Formats: sequence, C-alpha cells, structure tokens
Amino acid sequence: MDTFAALGSGVMVALQPINLLFAFVGVMLGTAVGVLPGIGPALTVALLLPITFKLDPAGSLIMFAGIYYGGMYGGSTASILLNTPGESSSIVTALEGNKMARAGRGGPALATAAIGSFVAGTIATIGLALIAPTVVDIAISFGPEDYFALMVLAFTTVSAAFGSSVTRGLTSLFLGLSLGLIGIDLQSGQARLSFSVPDLLDGVEVTTLAVALFAIGETLSVVAAGARADEIIEPVKGSVFMNREDWKRSWKPWLRGTFLGFPIGAMPAGGAEIPTFLSYALEKRLCKKPGEFGNGAIEGVAGPEAANNAAAAGVLVPLLTLGLPTSATAAIMLAGFQQYGMNPGPLLFATNPDLVWGLIASLFIANGMLLVLNLPLVGLWVRLLAIPRPWLYGGILVFATLGTLGANPSLVELGMLLIFGLLGYVLRRYDYPIAPVVVGLILGPLSEQQLRRALAISVGDPLVLFQSPVALTLYALSALALFGPLLFYILTGRKAPVGADED
Amino acid sequence: MKHLVSGALLAAAIAAAPLGAAYAEINELKIIAPAAPGGGWDQTARSIQHVLQSDKLVGNVQVLNVPGAGGTIGLAQFVNSSKGDPNVMIVGGYVMVGAIITNKSPVNLSMVTPIARLTGEYEAIAVPAASPLKSLADLVAALKADPQKVSWAGGSAGGTDHITAGLFTKAIGVDPRKVNYIAFSGGGESLASLLGGKVTVGISSLSEYDAQAKAGKLRILGVSSAARLPEAPDVPTFKEAGVDVEIQNWRMIAAAPGITPAQKQELSQTIEKMVKSKAWTEMLAQKGWANTYLSGEAFDAQLAKDIAATQTILKDIGLAQ
Repeated sequence: MDTFAALGSGVMVALQPINLLFAFVGVMLGTAVGVLPGIGPALTVALLLPITFKLDPAGSLIMFAGIYYGGMYGGSTASILLNTPGESSSIVTALEGNKMARAGRGGPALATAAIGSFVAGTIATIGLALIAPTVVDIAISFGPEDYFALMVLAFTTVSAAFGSSVTRGLTSLFLGLSLGLIGIDLQSGQARLSFSVPDLLDGVEVTTLAVALFAIGETLSVVAAGARADEIIEPVKGSVFMNREDWKRSWKPWLRGTFLGFPIGAMPAGGAEIPTFLSYALEKRLCKKPGEFGNGAIEGVAGPEAANNAAAAGVLVPLLTLGLPTSATAAIMLAGFQQYGMNPGPLLFATNPDLVWGLIASLFIANGMLLVLNLPLVGLWVRLLAIPRPWLYGGILVFATLGTLGANPSLVELGMLLIFGLLGYVLRRYDYPIAPVVVGLILGPLSEQQLRRALAISVGDPLVLFQSPVALTLYALSALALFGPLLFYILTGRKAPVGADED
Repeated sequence: MKHLVSGALLAAAIAAAPLGAAYAEINELKIIAPAAPGGGWDQTARSIQHVLQSDKLVGNVQVLNVPGAGGTIGLAQFVNSSKGDPNVMIVGGYVMVGAIITNKSPVNLSMVTPIARLTGEYEAIAVPAASPLKSLADLVAALKADPQKVSWAGGSAGGTDHITAGLFTKAIGVDPRKVNYIAFSGGGESLASLLGGKVTVGISSLSEYDAQAKAGKLRILGVSSAARLPEAPDVPTFKEAGVDVEIQNWRMIAAAPGITPAQKQELSQTIEKMVKSKAWTEMLAQKGWANTYLSGEAFDAQLAKDIAATQTILKDIGLAQ
C-alpha cells in the first residue's frame, strides 16, 4: 500500500541520527515547558522559530513535533504531583492524579498518564496517517449549531467534577461562567465587564485562572493549615510502578480516551480540553467503584490523559490536510511550515511528501522517546513530594508566578493571579470544588459564541439548533447523561449507581 | 521565560551576527511586538530583528512581546514609558487603527512617531466551490436582494475583515449595519466554516484562501487591491466589478514620541536600508508578504486618511459612536 511505503520512507528520514537528536531536544524542551505552568508549547515554538530559520526544515519540524507532544506529557506531571496544571488540557488530570499522589500512589498515576499518553498518541498518529482526509471531511461538516450541542453535552458532564454537593458545584460553575464574560465580545466588538481596565479587554486567561486556583490556592491553604495539617504526604506507598489491578483499570480508559480525543481534536473548534472533561465524566459513569472518584481513582487519570494526547494528534489533522491551524501551537507550526516555503493544505501531501511523512514518522518516534524518558523518571519525579513542605510550596509559588508573568508580563496579570489565588483559598476553605470554575471559564465563552453564530447565520431562527442530525444525537446523549441514572432508578426500583455517594 | 528569551536571543545573535556590533550605526534597539509570539506583528518584529542584525545595521536587537486588545496594550505601554527614547520602536498595523477606535483606547497613533509602512496583505472574498455565487456581480445582487441572508465569515468584529465587508456593502448602496458578519477568533475556524458551507462568503487576507483555491475547494471572487495581484492573476479586483473599495491590511514600524528630528531621520534611514536589502526581499518572499514600503510625509498622509476612513466605517457599521 502507498501509505505504508510513504510512511516507511518517512521513518527513514526521522531515523537519521541528526533528526533523532532534534527529536530528543524537542521532547526534552517540551517536557520542561509542559511542567512549567503558564509557558506552553506554543510560546516555545514561537521563540525558537527565528533560530531554526537556518536549519534544515525536516529537522526543525521534527523538533517542533517533539515539543508539541512533550508539552502534553509535562503538563500531566505537574498536575499530578503538584496539583498545578501546566496546560489547560491537564486540569482534569489534577482532580484524581493529585489525590493519588497524596496517597503515595504518585508513581502509578504518572505511569498510567505516560503509558496512556503513549497508547493514545500512537493510535491517534496512526489515525492521522491513515484516515486523516476522511476525518477532516467529517470535522468540517460540523456547523456552529453542532458545536453548541457538543458544548451542551460537555456542560452535562461537568457535574462529574462537582464533588460532594450539587449546589456548591453549580455555584463554582457560575463563578467561572461570569468570569468568562469579561472582555471584548467577539461578535459585537464591545467590551463587557472590563471596568475600563485595558488589560481586561482580552478576558481572563484560562491558564492564569487555573494556576491561581490550583497552585496559589493550594499553597495558601497549606500555609493556613500550618502545624494543624495532619496530612503527611508519603511519596511512595506500595509499588512505585503500576500493579496488576492498575493495568486492568487503565487500559479501557486509555482506549476510550483516545476515541474521544482524536475526533474532537480534529474538529476546528474542538480543542483538547473538552475531550478531557467528557472522558472524566465517562470514566466516572463506567467505574465499578464510583466512590473512589474524588479520592484518587486511576481511571480519572488514565482516560483524560489519553484524551488530551489523542486530541493533540487530532489537531494536526486539519493542519496537515487543509492548512487549518486550530490551536495556538498549530498556528505557530503553520508559520514554521511557511518559513520553509511550504503551504500546508490540500496539496501538501502531494508537494512535500517526504517532509509530511517524515513529520508523521517523527511523531511516532517522539512518542516512543517520551515513554522511554518518562517511565524511568517516575521514581525521580515522585521524590519531589519528599521535599519539605515550605520548600516545595515556596517553589510552586515561584514557578506559578514566573510562568504566568513569562507568558504575559503585566502587573494586572500578576494581580489577577493573586486575587484568584485568594479566591481558590476561600473556595477550598468552604469546601467548594475548584475545577468547575475553570470549566465554566472554558466552556462559557465557547458555547456563547457558537450559539450566537448559529443564530446569526439562520437570521434569528432558533429551529436551526435542532435541524442537524449531529446536534440531535448530541442532545440525546446529553439527555441520557442527565436523566439516565434517574430512569435506571425508576425502572429497577434500585438506587442509581452514579451519584450514590454524592449527597 | 526570561531565560528562554535571553537564550533565544543569544542563539539568534550567535547565528546571525557574530561580528555585527562593531560596525552598526545604532548599537541597541528594542522592538515591541504588541501581540503574542507567532502572530503577524510578532513575525514582522522578528523578521526586522533578523535582517537588521544579519546586515549589521543595528548591533543588538531585542523583541519584546506585549500582547493584548488589538495591540492597544502594547501601544499604551510604549507611549507611556519610552518618551524621547530613540532605541525603542513598535510594530503595528491597520488592525491597531480599528482597535484604538472600538476599544476607546486612551492612546492613539498620533502619540507615536510613525517611521514607515513596511508590508501589506490584501483582502479577498471567497465562496465554497459549490456556491451559486460565481462572481462579485452575483454577490452584489445577493446583497441587494437581502443583505441579512448573506453571512460573512471573518476575523474578530471591528477588524480588517469586518471593515472590508462594511465598506463593500456600503459601496454598493446597501446599509452596512445590515451586514450579517460572523466573527471567528482564528483563521482556521473561519476557513473551516467556509469549506463546510456553513456561511455564504468568507473574507480574509488572500493568502488564507490561496491554497484552498488552487486545490479547487474554494473560489475567490475578488481582491481589495488597486490592480490584479501577481500571485492571483485570474482574480478580479473589487474595482473591476464596479465596487469602489481599495484596502490593505498593512504593517508598520513607529518610533517613540518626543524624539528629535535627527533621531527620527537616523531611524528612518536605517529602516530604509533594511527595506532595500537583499535579506529583506528574501524574507518577504518567504513569508508571502507584499512590499508596500511608504515613508515620510507620504506615509503620514496615508495614515491620516486611513484613520479617518476607518472612523467613518466603524460608525456606519455601528461599532463606534
């Protein structure tokens, strides 16, 4: 088959020693910036672009691919160990991952994240190589009304992250939705809730809010608890690696996460966050011991981590086949392609086959390299937790501040970081869940824009929302997610399995 | 981050200009890119950095990103903190003109010292290959029949795409307030909605549509240039179709407020040398940017004209009072 021959020659390109070196540099850099909150792969690639100007195109693109995949791996490490999501797509990982780390199971959590990322990355890259043109045709057939239905589905899954009380969960969610209103409204160009502060015109940055609520809020509560803190973090309890049960509980979430992440990542307005929310909710539903969710369920790490890596590969589908950049990193990789006089798009596979297949092959190699690098490091990473608390949290504070200021050197940004940090502390103190605030900030503006686009295109006719089969299917799934447990209860007369220990 | 930046700069400096400093006329220059890394302004700033250093016109050039609000955050910082400083410049462009008006920015371009317009891109209107609209005349007819039924996909509200859509509609005698403009945050999303046939027409810079048009997935109806463009010789201009609109999404470089005429002249000469260099020509070819260099009084006049026209059209669309 043609594809395999092309991929084979791509592997030959990627396996050249110099290109392997580029891949190695890329994954190391990517992992480092992924761990640092605030700084992401997009910024790193952008800063490297002028330097790689004179390098060989294949080598630079291979390095960028390494940074891209490496960032996804690094993001999960910080989430799990430090409860500080390095990237917005690893916020969900922090929910269960950090609970596991506190219970001495940081090793298995990191391992399932790394192996899950590898499995998802590999399957999704195969998908990219074999069925990209088909996937992209489906992805661009999604209109604003379908995206809106997808957002509705995502909203119904947020409840999985609510924790002990629905009222508190909804309060947190609405806090996030309100924060999402700040800034210039994309459709009308008018400023909302910006109080004449120019820095607020672009709205609240998701990473700033996430870093503040998780990292700063966490630090403040540790300080406030002071000597009263009875919790002693043991870096390792039991095996540092995954045991038999961990494997058994991880492999299905890996696969399910992959199949959620890849197609949604390939959608022009899909992104990497939504599949992680969906995966988390799905795993919570399917888990045989839902009570473990919120206390360190390995499924809640395995699924979302697979989903975000699969989504990262999915983003490359529209980029390579249509030249559509659908994430910040993809936009900068596009600039990288153009720097070498190539125009990604429908003709790229025909005009630059060596390069495209070299890139795809290097994704496989970067993925394998990340696994080989990360698994032995798990033992070392978990030692981070053995650092005395004042030092550890002091370090977290420094990294969180540096990362946020590095991405946007502005006093207002620093102020927001501190205010949201205090907010995070207050929420923790009164037992309100943190994650729904961030979810609200991500989903609120997305769903609003899609709804308004759909209604503008239909010149105000709301029926447009229910006319596409895709949208109807998604609404049906949302209804099932919301009322399914209730129906189950009515039909069988038994207590619903999900939510059993939620009130 | 700081390490990343200085590391990157160091590496760039080593790669580009090992001996530059000794021969340069200006020793140090800081260029503010009022946008996040990767965008058009950032790439412009970094291209300038590259050429100034490799041609040894300036010893050491740094790029500082100050993103936010259509460039007005960076502009405000520049105006407030670099008064009279001849070693700081800022990159900007047409989008900033609109952003200053719609954001009611307290600073504006009259508070800086414009040096030169450097590059420009022209706007294009495209439809999916299967669209019944075959020409600009068809589009004009559709707009005259019912402007609301023609949905336009483009960048954020009040940006160049939106302004062009407004000017186009106004020029054919239809109320520009009726433009059914659908704003998308990134080029990728708006292009996807056009390819998927979700909107009637798309409006963006020509380069965004070029590859799709060559692959037969889109049809470009017209461009906003004065004459047909060498990269798309088959595409008619708006003017050819009787729509009197000519617009360019230009990028420029400006110096700080309050510098002396001698300092202004030195910076202007340095930029002029850069524009005439081989390295700059190669850079533009590689990025696919047109050289629309304009400096001195001619640029000042053009800038004033653009600002006035933008003010009017934003009022007509209903985005500014």
